[in-house]
Amino acid sequence: MDHLYELENRSVYILREAYAKIGNLGMLWSMGKDSTVLLWLARKAFFGHVPFPLIHIDTHFKIPEMITYRDRLVRELGLDMVVGANLAALEAKETFPDGKLDRLGCCAALKTQALRQTLDGSGPRVRFDHARGEYLPEKEAQAFQGVIVGVRADEEGSRSKERYFSARDSRSEWKVANQAPEFWNQYKTEFAPGTSVRVHPLLDWTELDIWEYIRAENIPTVSLYYNQGDGKRYRSLGCWPCTAPVESEARNVDEIIEELKVGKFATIAERSGRAQDKDDGGSLETLRRDGYM
Amino acid sequence: MDSGHMNIVFVGHVDHGKSTIVGRLLADTNALPKGKLEALQESCARSGKPFEYAFLIDALKDERAQNITIDTARIFFKSKKREYLILDAPGHIEFIRNMVTGASHAEAAVLVIDANEGVMENSRRHGRLLSLLGIRRIIVAINKMDLVAYSSEVFERVREEYAAFLQGIGVQPAAFIPLSGREGEGVAHPAKAMPWYHGPTILEALDAFEKDAPPANQPLRLPIQGVYRFQGNGDRRRIIAGSIASGTLKQGDPLVAYPSGKKTSVESLVGFNRPDFTQAGAGEPIGLTMREQVYLRRGELLCKHGEPAPQVSTRLRVSLFWIGQEPLVMGRQYLLKLGTARQKAELESIESVMDATSFAAHDKPTQIAYHEVAELILRLEQPIAFDTGDELPQTSRFVLVDGYEIAGGGIVREGLVDSGSSLRREVYQRSEKWIHGRLSSEDRAARFDQEPALIVITGPRGSGRKRLAAEMELQYFEQGRLVYYLGIGSVLYGVNADLMEERDPAHWQEHLRRFGEVCHLLLDTGMILIVTAVELTQHDVDSLRIIVGLEDLRVIWVGGPVTTDLVPDEVVDHF
Repeated sequence: MDHLYELENRSVYILREAYAKIGNLGMLWSMGKDSTVLLWLARKAFFGHVPFPLIHIDTHFKIPEMITYRDRLVRELGLDMVVGANLAALEAKETFPDGKLDRLGCCAALKTQALRQTLDGSGPRVRFDHARGEYLPEKEAQAFQGVIVGVRADEEGSRSKERYFSARDSRSEWKVANQAPEFWNQYKTEFAPGTSVRVHPLLDWTELDIWEYIRAENIPTVSLYYNQGDGKRYRSLGCWPCTAPVESEARNVDEIIEELKVGKFATIAERSGRAQDKDDGGSLETLRRDGYM
Repeated sequence: MDSGHMNIVFVGHVDHGKSTIVGRLLADTNALPKGKLEALQESCARSGKPFEYAFLIDALKDERAQNITIDTARIFFKSKKREYLILDAPGHIEFIRNMVTGASHAEAAVLVIDANEGVMENSRRHGRLLSLLGIRRIIVAINKMDLVAYSSEVFERVREEYAAFLQGIGVQPAAFIPLSGREGEGVAHPAKAMPWYHGPTILEALDAFEKDAPPANQPLRLPIQGVYRFQGNGDRRRIIAGSIASGTLKQGDPLVAYPSGKKTSVESLVGFNRPDFTQAGAGEPIGLTMREQVYLRRGELLCKHGEPAPQVSTRLRVSLFWIGQEPLVMGRQYLLKLGTARQKAELESIESVMDATSFAAHDKPTQIAYHEVAELILRLEQPIAFDTGDELPQTSRFVLVDGYEIAGGGIVREGLVDSGSSLRREVYQRSEKWIHGRLSSEDRAARFDQEPALIVITGPRGSGRKRLAAEMELQYFEQGRLVYYLGIGSVLYGVNADLMEERDPAHWQEHLRRFGEVCHLLLDTGMILIVTAVELTQHDVDSLRIIVGLEDLRVIWVGGPVTTDLVPDEVVDHF
C-alpha cells in the first residue's frame, strides 16, 4: 500500500476514535498546511462533514491572508468556527511587537495562555454565525474535553515523544516521562473526570508527506506558501513579527516537493524561520509541558 | 508492494549492546550528519575515554532536543534496498511501556543477546513480548563476540539455548547472527573475524525481509467504529464507518454483525474524494450504506455471510502481558477492548505465569505482576465477537484497561463455552431467516424521537412491580412515546399455554425464551417495552438480552433487598 495512504488510514482511524470517545471535542485549525491537511482528513473520516467545531487561537498578529483564507473556507464549507484570543494581554499591549515581552513570553501569553483559556471556556470566544455571516461572542462557553492537534513528530524534538492520545491533567500539564502505552490501534480513551486530552493524528507524518498528500489529494492551501514572483515564500506560517519568508522560487506544490527532496531545504529544519525556537535550547519542550502545541 | 520504508525496533537485556549496534549501523550506512562521527571520536580522544558507538545515539538525541536538523527526531538509515526507521531508538527502551508502544508499530525486530553473558531474563521476556505483539520478522543478534574470542562454540551454545526457548513459544527467527557491534563485525560488513560463519550480516538479514501484502483470502472483519447520520447539507445517509481489519468488501456483499447476528448487505461504499469506490481491502477506512436497514452500533463486528464466522463468547482463554502499575487480580473489574468493542471483564483463573520470579514459591499464582506474561481465563459481562490468534491475529488482540489506563495486552487463544452459547445459535439462525422490509427499528423509533428500549422490572411478589410498570407506561405515553407494558403472565397463559399444562420448573427456560422472542418482535417496532416478572436471576436477564439483541437493558428491582444473584441497575422500595 502506498505510504501516504498508510498514513491517511491511521489518521482517519484516530479521528474516528476521538469522535467516538471524547465528548466536547474540537480541532485546532491554524490555516497552515498541517492543520489544513487535518481538516481534509476529518472530511475523509466523516464523509465530507466536520462534526466538531474548529478552534483558532488568534494572536492578532497573524499574516492577514491567513484570516481571509480562514473565513472564506468557513463560509464555503459551513464550518463551525470558534476563535479565541488573549484579549487582556492584547489590550494591555503585553506583547513582543509592543516591546513589553520577549518572543517566548509573547508566545506564552498570546498562544499558550490564550489556548488554555479558550479550551477551558474561561477566556473570551467568538463563534461564526452562518445565518448572520459574522462572528458573535459565545455565551456560556463550555470547556473542550478534547482537542485534535496537527503536530508532527519530525517537527521538533519534544513532539517526537508524543502519543496519538495524550491526556493532560486539569492544569493542561503534560507528563512526558509517564505516558500511557499505545499499541494495536488501542489508545487511551478512558479518562478520569477533569482530564483533558490532545489527539495527534499527524504524528507520523513528515513535512514531505504533508506536501505529497496535498498534491495527491489536490487540497487547496493558502497562497502564502508559494512564491508569487518576488522570490520569497513562507515555509511555515505564524505571526508576522516572528515568521520570516524564505528565499525560494517554488511557485506550486510540485516545485515545493522538489525543493524539499533535493533542493536547498533538504537539510534545513522547517521551523528555521521561526524566531522563537532559537531564543533558548529546549524552549518548545518547556512551552509544551505548559500546554503549547 | 514495498513502500520503501520499514519500521524496526531493537530489544534485549540492558547493556547487551543495542545502542552500539544501532550506532554502528548508522555509521556504516553513512546515515550520520557530516563530520558527526569524527567530531565525537576527537572529543573522546581529548577527554581520554574510549570512543563507543553508543555515544552516537546520545549525541543524536541531544541534537534532537536542540532542534538543529530535520530528521534527527526519528532515526533513519538507508540500505541499498530501503529506508529503515528505528522506533523508540535504544536509550529509554528500558521502560517497557515505551518498548511495547514502539515495538507494536515495528515490522521487524532485532533481539540482542550478549554472547558473554548469555540468555537473560529480559532476553526471554522481550522474545515473548515480540511474539505476543505479533512481530513475525525477528533477527537474533548474538553480540560482543569479540569478548569471547569469536568462538563458534560460545555462539552455538547461546544459539541453541535461545532457539529452544523461541521454539517453545512458537517463534521462528529469520537468523541467528554472531557479531561485534563495537568492532563492526557482522553489522553492515561481513564478519572477517568469524570465518566459520557463513550467514548474513544484520543489514543483509534486514534487507532479506519482504513487506508482504495483507492476505487477500482472509474472511472479512470490519469492527464498526461509528454509525453516522450527519444532517448538514441535505445529507440523509446513515453510514456505517470502520477500518477493515481483514478480508475484502465490495458493493452487494451480504453481511452479518456479531455478537447480535443481524443481517444486512452493502448498498454502496462511501468515501470523501473517492469517486468509483466499489471495493476495499484490509487496512482501509471505509463507510458503507446498508440495503436492509438494521440497528447496528459501534462495537459490533461486521463479517461476510458465507465466510467463516467469528466466535462469540463471554469466556476467553488468553495469553497476556501485564504492564499495569497494580497487579492483575481476581475479583477486580477491568475493561476489555478488542477492536472497537469493549466489555467489563474479570479474571476467572490463572493457568500459568511465565518467569514469575516474584511468585516462584507458589504453585498457584493468584495475581499477575508488572512485566509478567501469563495464560489465563477472562470472563466478560457480555459476549464479544473475536477470532483466535492462530486464525486471524487482528481480531484476536485486545487490551485490558485498569481504571483509566491500558494495563495489559493479549491474544485470544480459545473461546470457551458459556451458558449463552446455545441460545445465541438460535438467535443467529432466526436472524439469518428474518424477512426484512425497508425500515429498521431505528427508523420506526425515530418517528417517536426515541430509541428501542427494554425496561425489565422484577422483584418479589406483591412488591408493586406491575403498578410501577403501568405508571411508567402511562408517563411515557403522555410524553408522546410509543410504549407498551407486557407482563410475563400475559405470555404464560397464551403463547406458552402448552407449557403451562405441565407446570414443570424444567420448562422455565423455554417460557423465558418465548417471552424473549415476543419482546424481540415488539422492540423491532421501535418501541419502549416495559416487562415484569417475579424474581429474575442474572442468567434470566442475560438470556433476555441475547434474545432481544439489545446490549443495554434497564433492570429495576422493586421491593429490595435483592433475593437472587441479579445485579440490577436500580433497586427501589415497594411501589
